[in-house]
Amino acid sequence: MTALAPDVLTERVRGLAPAIEAQVSENGQAWLLVPARDLVLVCSHLRDHKDLAFDSLMDLTGYDLSRYPSSPRNDAIAVVYLLHSLRHRHKLTLKVYAPRADCVVPTVSGVWPAALYFEREVWDLLGVRFADHPSLRRIMCPDDWVGHPLRKDYLYPAEYQGVSHERDGQRFEHGPRRVGDPDPAPPTAAPKGDRG
Amino acid sequence: MTPAGERMTLNLGPQHPATHGVLRIVIESDGEVVAACTPDHGYLHRSIEKIGECVEWPLFVPYTDRVDYVCAMNANLAYCVAVEKLLNTSAATAVQVPLRAECIRVLVAELNRISSHLIGVGAMAMDLGAYTPFMHGIAQRELVNDIFERLCGQRLTYNYVTIGGVGFDLYAGAEAEITRFFEQFEREMVRFNKLITTSTILRDRCAGVAPINAAEAVAWGLVGPNLRASGVDWDLRRDEPYGIYGQLGVRVPVGQAFAGKNGVVGDCFDRYLVRLLEIQESVRLCREVLKMLPPPADKPTDPVGGFQADVKRLLVKPPKGEVHCRTEAPRGEMGYYIVSDGTKVPYRVRVRTGSFTAAGIFHKVMRNIFLADVVAVIGSFDVVVPEIDR
Repeated sequence: MTALAPDVLTERVRGLAPAIEAQVSENGQAWLLVPARDLVLVCSHLRDHKDLAFDSLMDLTGYDLSRYPSSPRNDAIAVVYLLHSLRHRHKLTLKVYAPRADCVVPTVSGVWPAALYFEREVWDLLGVRFADHPSLRRIMCPDDWVGHPLRKDYLYPAEYQGVSHERDGQRFEHGPRRVGDPDPAPPTAAPKGDRG
Repeated sequence: MTPAGERMTLNLGPQHPATHGVLRIVIESDGEVVAACTPDHGYLHRSIEKIGECVEWPLFVPYTDRVDYVCAMNANLAYCVAVEKLLNTSAATAVQVPLRAECIRVLVAELNRISSHLIGVGAMAMDLGAYTPFMHGIAQRELVNDIFERLCGQRLTYNYVTIGGVGFDLYAGAEAEITRFFEQFEREMVRFNKLITTSTILRDRCAGVAPINAAEAVAWGLVGPNLRASGVDWDLRRDEPYGIYGQLGVRVPVGQAFAGKNGVVGDCFDRYLVRLLEIQESVRLCREVLKMLPPPADKPTDPVGGFQADVKRLLVKPPKGEVHCRTEAPRGEMGYYIVSDGTKVPYRVRVRTGSFTAAGIFHKVMRNIFLADVVAVIGSFDVVVPEIDR
């Protein structure tokens, strides 16, 4: 058991494909931006190499970047892969940007079967299609649901199968937009040095 | 049921007493053997992650109760620890939970783990036809609920752990009551084990059924007791400690083919027994914590004897960025991946729960087993449907 230091780990992974970018989030969390085309190759290597041995996919999720202030990619969904090695006890975060216009990312269910369910959830709630996933169906919402609820431009439907969603007096202060609501102002870049 | 050649399609659930809530599994049976099965989820989807993007940071805590209402304390704790980790990524918003609050957190989390595991093992026995142990488990759970009710007024969805501490201090005489509870609880568990754990019927029903080896368990993302039953020695309380767990020296039971000659590591009986062993460990942890509990201070925000850090100011503007934080809930790792855009409302709240990945392996392990064993397998994973569907 030899846990690699985060910077060593980053360098090792960046050596796998030249297009991988090392990034740090605003609050100092390190992550790697992986191009979609290299994802499966990188993931198989991460799992199989004896020094890396990322045997566990802690979580696979995503979020919509479109309303994130000063986001570099307002046109994309970020898919997040949180990896952990039980053998070496080190961790790694990968992200893949899936552009909304062509929202496809290759599946990693061949590397970690746990991704079978995680990817179905990301497809259902964020609308990212996972190429070559064996059973990419909705998992939370009904099969005939329209739209992907966790996208920031998702419109809250007025009804489902003739049942109204409206309840008098029940509305979130910061709630989701409903059909007919005005479009909110696009996000503005946060002023420099504004870190809360 | 519809005949399709030699095979029959059988709907188990969504309204079935042995599926632990509204879990539906479409089973293709070949005589009495399950040829294939397809779980169908979503009947209990309440869009909790979407709600997270609509309410302010502290107002999401009551919703975490509903992520897993069998162990709502642990669900509260998982979210609050994650938000504290986010706040601590910036020096301007760093938050220090008072020591007394940390002790109370461990106390309520372990008490809730005990009552959750009692439901887990009791319901598994009930699914297999032994109704009485479930009632014994429920009776003990009621006593835990009594303690919680006196603590925070609620018996199921507590909304007790808050960001920066806990909602209320311990009531007068709580320590004595918890100590008394454990004394009778240990006697009761001896009876419980005589009644069901040592029963040959239960053991033979579960021995060697649906075994999962260590490598499979890790690859399929099993967590918590289900992972440990497969022989993987991993517990976040010991290996990635949060709060004061690092000082407590958590002992971790793992599966060892407890069922004897027909047992296999990672079979249904191991998953059952690991939970019972974890209950014993939780009792020990609570007693340890009661020994180190500092006396209450006059000010709730006192760093040692207080129960709540002052976080109102911090939560208006948490640092921009993201954090991933996982804690050990009764059904395994509860991981929060939260993204903040620097406003008082979260940008993204992602909950990863143990039951979700446990349900993900159903279609693999429920193959070529007897139809009657399906309920044993569901019970042994201790899935709670609100955690799968969220």
